[in-house]
Amino acid sequence: MIARVQVPDHVKPGDVVEVRILIQHPMETGYRRDEVGRPIPRNTIRSLTCRYGGEEIFSAEMSSGIAANPYLQFTTVAQSSGVLEFAWVDDEGHSEVYRKELAVAG
Amino acid sequence: MLCARPARAEPASLADSITGGAPVQTGRVHLDLPLLIENGNAVPMKVTVDSPMTAEDHVRVIHLISEKNPVRHMASFRLGPRSGRAEIQSRIRLAGSQRVMALAQMSDGSYWADVRSTVVTLSACIDDAGT
Repeated sequence: MIARVQVPDHVKPGDVVEVRILIQHPMETGYRRDEVGRPIPRNTIRSLTCRYGGEEIFSAEMSSGIAANPYLQFTTVAQSSGVLEFAWVDDEGHSEVYRKELAVAG
Repeated sequence: MLCARPARAEPASLADSITGGAPVQTGRVHLDLPLLIENGNAVPMKVTVDSPMTAEDHVRVIHLISEKNPVRHMASFRLGPRSGRAEIQSRIRLAGSQRVMALAQMSDGSYWADVRSTVVTLSACIDDAGT
């Protein structure tokens, strides 16, 4: 598991939907040292974007000021059933994409 | 463990570097943080902004600014008319008791902010732990 996304099950067009995402990531600050005293390099998620039906609806630029295993909650207006696509990249250049279906009824 | 801390600085001084010196008004923005924080490693944080979130009038971006963290510009969240509501929640790290500012830029370019003071009993050791 790299991430978990929660959206409500029953959504109607026009509803303001709460979107929650929890990502498994250490958000390493770069200020810590390992058990033999070597500095642990900084590795934080720098940017995260969320697209809904291909259009960007939310983005975040983060730093070591965001807690490990970053959790974000934001809202969006439900339009029609579609995919929420989350993409993020960290300091090591490691990028991930996570997709979650948002079912809109009616 | 001892943590070295940077000198106290006004959150407003960093806000200036974001706003380019534009005036920052008080109000419209509400930053929710616990008054007393036992553990600064994961502090629940909520920002809401009074805004209709229409195409003409919405929140463009919300910045989080710390007074004492080594990285003082903690995060920026970009919203738009498709957000529906201007409301963000996350969990942040705080290196010690300090003030935190939520700074919002509206679609008309104006800046609004809210500042909260918090007491942190166990700091997130995001300062140099080697000292």
